[in-house]
Amino acid sequence: MNICVCMKQVPDTNEIKVDPETHTLIRKGVPSIVNPFDTYAQEVGVRLKEQLGGKLIVISMGPEQAKEAIKSCLAVGADNGYLISSRSFGGSDTLATSYILSEAIKAVEEKEGLKFDLILCGKQATDGDTAQVGPEIAEHLDLPQITYALDIVEKDGEIQVKREHDAGYDMISTKLPAVVTVVKLPYEPRYPTIKSKMAAKKKEIPVLTEEDIPSIQLELCGLNGSPTRVKKTYTPVREKSGVKLAGMEPKDAANEVVKLLEEAKLL
Amino acid sequence: MDFKRDELHQDILDMVHDFAVNEVKPLAAEIDKTEEFPMENVKKMAEMGLMGIPFPEEYGGAGMDTLAYIQTVEELSKYCGTTGVIVSAHTSLCCTPIYQFGTEEQKQKYLPKLCSGEWIGAFALTEANAGTDASGQKTVAVDKGDHWVLNGSKIFITNAGVADVFFVLAMTDKSLGTKGISAFIVEKGFPGFSIGKLEDKMGIRASSTCELVFEDCIVPKENLVGELGKGFKYAMMTLDGGRVGIAAQALGIAEGAIEETVKYVQERTQFGRRISQFQNTQFELAQMQANTEAAKLLVYQAACAKDDHEPFSHKAAMAKLVASRNASDVTRRCLQLYGGYGYTKDYPIERMMRDAKITEIYEGTSEVQMMVIAGWMGVK
Repeated sequence: MNICVCMKQVPDTNEIKVDPETHTLIRKGVPSIVNPFDTYAQEVGVRLKEQLGGKLIVISMGPEQAKEAIKSCLAVGADNGYLISSRSFGGSDTLATSYILSEAIKAVEEKEGLKFDLILCGKQATDGDTAQVGPEIAEHLDLPQITYALDIVEKDGEIQVKREHDAGYDMISTKLPAVVTVVKLPYEPRYPTIKSKMAAKKKEIPVLTEEDIPSIQLELCGLNGSPTRVKKTYTPVREKSGVKLAGMEPKDAANEVVKLLEEAKLL
Repeated sequence: MDFKRDELHQDILDMVHDFAVNEVKPLAAEIDKTEEFPMENVKKMAEMGLMGIPFPEEYGGAGMDTLAYIQTVEELSKYCGTTGVIVSAHTSLCCTPIYQFGTEEQKQKYLPKLCSGEWIGAFALTEANAGTDASGQKTVAVDKGDHWVLNGSKIFITNAGVADVFFVLAMTDKSLGTKGISAFIVEKGFPGFSIGKLEDKMGIRASSTCELVFEDCIVPKENLVGELGKGFKYAMMTLDGGRVGIAAQALGIAEGAIEETVKYVQERTQFGRRISQFQNTQFELAQMQANTEAAKLLVYQAACAKDDHEPFSHKAAMAKLVASRNASDVTRRCLQLYGGYGYTKDYPIERMMRDAKITEIYEGTSEVQMMVIAGWMGVK
């Protein structure tokens, strides 16, 4: 099974701060990491590859420094990595990003001489939190998609996906090729080894620009291809949630709690 | 001074840091309480290649240098002194002498399994009446033609309860003194070999420190390491390297204690102020940080000297002397900044203080380090 993992390098969310003036994320001096959900996508992909054979290729759109994030994926099981980077791609919203990635996926298939059976993404990136890019890639490529996957099992050339939702989970099958977005898994991604780290370090990461993606239409990329306009970014006021029952007899308070829970249809 | 700290060292350090924070730190208090050897984590470290860092790939090692290994021990020890010494004793005291003094057959037989972490290693020199005076070995090895027979016992052996391979020193000719001591590789399954009692220790409580018992223990002829009568020399050379590992452990404990305390003093308020706002707190921590950085330079210097094949006994001794005393000093002062809470097991600082003390004792006490340094200075 040949697998493509779409990965984004994001600022380490533990260190994130918002500029009070501009209301944008302060990225300067903040360490970058692989988007945590993408590490799960990569891990589930590596496990499928180990079981079924094939190649796992990681691609990322971003600046030069995203090569570091690609290398950290190479150290935990990816066979090759490509950086999709060009001035023309800057300022892309999710629509343009997913378009560029879908065209890049075709170009990578060409370069690697293979067809991807499965395209994996994290369910969303922890900086933008849109959860749009994965599903949009599926639309651009006209492929079936399953979001919020907790587990992927291959069976007779199809995959069965355990899809997480609020009330439990669905079991969905689809033919391949398909796009699947992955949530936090019940297991943690593997650690690299010193040897895999050294090997990844030495590996060249090819950069693909519009010149390497012949089919790409530049008017659909970057700011030109992005209908999204950010009107305002702000830190929401944190409202205290919950109900406080004060100054009541314990028995009355208990009755009140049960009443509230019943009203919320939780009992 | 160039510590050859390139990007790869940083990458390995980042990798070990992630592992230490996510896997080692959460277990530290528990294994301190239960004394249970953290086998799961050792297996994970083995998979990552951390059980054979400074050995060539042909023997299953990671092909890195002493500095990378030392920084690994340091990083692990920031969160758990026990985990730091497990790696240090295995690497410095068992893998290294086999690599350095073993025959090609011994290296082929033992190193790949030790470096992959399939086997855990230990080192056995100390006896009940041969501590700092290691020359007073009572364990004897008798040549029986096609095999050796060992009798005696060893104490305070790190990793002993879980180890598969032991680098053991024994007297082969008492009349020759230290020149009558030889080194042997003993496997845990050899007839007549057994593990004695587990020590109930003040610190590094999960490092499986036990007694070894040899009762007519049969050791194959080919398991003599190097030349007959050279064992004491090998042991001393091995301990030079081991001391850099323990110095790194001490360094890590001090750094970990400072890290925890810096967090704590910014949370705790007294007299309406965060205790970090008091000048005493600031000066205490500033001094500790400076002393710890100084110790770090000595530790890295010793590691790089070993990598460069320079004489490094005195550098290792200075690193261990300074780093271990600093670890005890820093953890004690940090605990003082915590006040009463620091004295409870709800916070890690009392464990760090207990763990720090051993670094002034094992693999040569501070007094032994000073003897080595004075000897190198020519002060007689």
